[in-house]
Amino acid sequence: MIPTPIHPKLDPANPFVGHQSRNQIRESFVRWILRIGTLIIVSVTAAIILHIAAKGAPVALSREWPFVNVAFLTELPSTLHVIQDHQGHIIETDVNGADAIKMQLGANLREEKTISYSGGGILGPIVGTAMLVIVSVGVALLLGVASAIYLSEYASHGKFIEMVRLAILNLAGVPSVVFGLFGLGAFVLTAPVFTNTPLDRAIFTIPLGFTTLSFQGWDTCVLSGGFTLAFVILPVIITASEQCLQAVPLEFRETSMALGATRWQTIWRAVLPFATPGILTSSILGIARAAGETAPIMFTAALAFKDKLPWQKDLVALPADASWFAHWEQSIQRFLAIFTESVQALPYHIYTLAARIPQNEYSERAQYGSVFVFLILVASLAATSIWMRRRLRAKYKW
Amino acid sequence: MSDNPTANHDAHFIQVEKFNYAYGDHQVLFDVDLDLHREDITALIGPSGCGKSTLLRSINRINDLVEIARVVSGSIKIDGVNLYSPEVDVISLRRNVGMVFQKYNPFPRSIFENAVYGLRVAGIKDKWELEEAAERSLRIAALWDEVKDRLHTNATSLSGGQQQRLCIARAVALKPRILLMDEPCAALDPIATARIEDLIAQLRGQFTFVIVTHNMEQAKRIADKTAFIYKGKVIECADTMEIFGNPKNKLTESYITGRLT
Repeated sequence: MIPTPIHPKLDPANPFVGHQSRNQIRESFVRWILRIGTLIIVSVTAAIILHIAAKGAPVALSREWPFVNVAFLTELPSTLHVIQDHQGHIIETDVNGADAIKMQLGANLREEKTISYSGGGILGPIVGTAMLVIVSVGVALLLGVASAIYLSEYASHGKFIEMVRLAILNLAGVPSVVFGLFGLGAFVLTAPVFTNTPLDRAIFTIPLGFTTLSFQGWDTCVLSGGFTLAFVILPVIITASEQCLQAVPLEFRETSMALGATRWQTIWRAVLPFATPGILTSSILGIARAAGETAPIMFTAALAFKDKLPWQKDLVALPADASWFAHWEQSIQRFLAIFTESVQALPYHIYTLAARIPQNEYSERAQYGSVFVFLILVASLAATSIWMRRRLRAKYKW
Repeated sequence: MSDNPTANHDAHFIQVEKFNYAYGDHQVLFDVDLDLHREDITALIGPSGCGKSTLLRSINRINDLVEIARVVSGSIKIDGVNLYSPEVDVISLRRNVGMVFQKYNPFPRSIFENAVYGLRVAGIKDKWELEEAAERSLRIAALWDEVKDRLHTNATSLSGGQQQRLCIARAVALKPRILLMDEPCAALDPIATARIEDLIAQLRGQFTFVIVTHNMEQAKRIADKTAFIYKGKVIECADTMEIFGNPKNKLTESYITGRLT
């Protein structure tokens, strides 16, 4: 007997022809909802990037060799002077050039505008962000990997460890401005320094004979900002590192221990090498995060404006016959100044340009140029992380 | 542990006495008594989850890594020394008791580095000594001729059977007296399995083997003694021929004839 077709009007010879069932309609409906959601995200991302590229690329790049705006990348920020004459010529210059041009124009000067922070380049913020990232990622990797190893390899499973994990996860949810205030209190105002002349504001001092350990804080500097940022990215690094350690097969540990290795030897030789690709990747994501944060460095490291690079600290000029030791001491001081001076940073510079000064075409130009460079930096970090992970994965696959 | 060469070969070399073992509150071994003789090949057979792997992993105390695992009572002695007494150094115990796992698992490093891993963690740095040990152990594992020209290529490029033989080489590099094998052929094809079995047969007398296997034909082929374990208890332990030819216990008989699940 031929079974009765579900839709009698359709070709009875082919039982598989039919209208879409309700399930099929629902299926394609869900698929389209999900597809549209994804498309919205992709198009918003594309719009952001295109917008920034369209406005920022003309500032940061140039049409002629070497195809980048060298001055924009190698000069420190300065106040931009825009001078207009009665014929409508517009001259952009810095504070030094302004006087000469005004003198030359004489009565022809129509108006002079000054726009803060929008002249020169952004070398200061780039260097500052790089220093902050180096310090914060260094500190966060040391602390983060250590605690991830402890949590993953040593700690026994129990209530306490669960609480610790929960606390770390919660740390990830703390608003970054809170970290900024924490950094202000902990590192800027309280952290210990060795000094012969403790400040009055020191919370307490420990005399050590040859010097004094004074809890007077590190001041606003790269070190304070770097440590604060380290705590911002610690949860990311701990969680990711722990996952990478857990991903190393248990058999490696068992084999290693069965061959007479201690627990630390096992971790060092049979676990960490294979977890490193993932840990590095996560740390690079941490770099992108640290580079992008504004709030934690506002009170701890960043200045809106600084006309010196960290190592261009004012030092007493040495006499011509100074000993090599004095020179050596000064270069050490210069090197340390990298960590003990406050800096400009890209996100804070962008914030200053976009929100703290009157807006006009010149400030907008500087702002988009900075954002574009920032975006390129972060994108290249992400690309590096992917490349590194691929290389290490190929080397250590199991 | 004493390294007394005059020890009697027929003495009870590995002695398991009234051994009770548990994971947390879940006891998995009940009053296990076993006497394993020096230089014998002993097979542990039994259905999945019967506790034979746990017993094997208690002999080199690798099960200590399982956090909730604990000895309830009883002892395991090697040459009369209780492995679970506090003065035993687990590290030197494990150097004397090699282990090969079910899934071949060389580290994703070079063949050479795998072979000398145990020596490296033992602190041996002398290049010549390491090279000599690598060659010796790879020869023991019948792998030398296949890999001698590519010692520094990644071990994961080897075939499954070669990888498992590399794991055996890695285990014998420390010159252990006992080799524990936890289903060494479970992940291998029949040809690779046959090569491993040949290898074990060749090594008879050099090591004291304890082998967990699900493959009763394998037990028949290579083992001198076979112990049948069921639900955490040793049901029967005797010469392999005895167990398979004339089992004393009904349970043993139904297991080896495939009627026990």
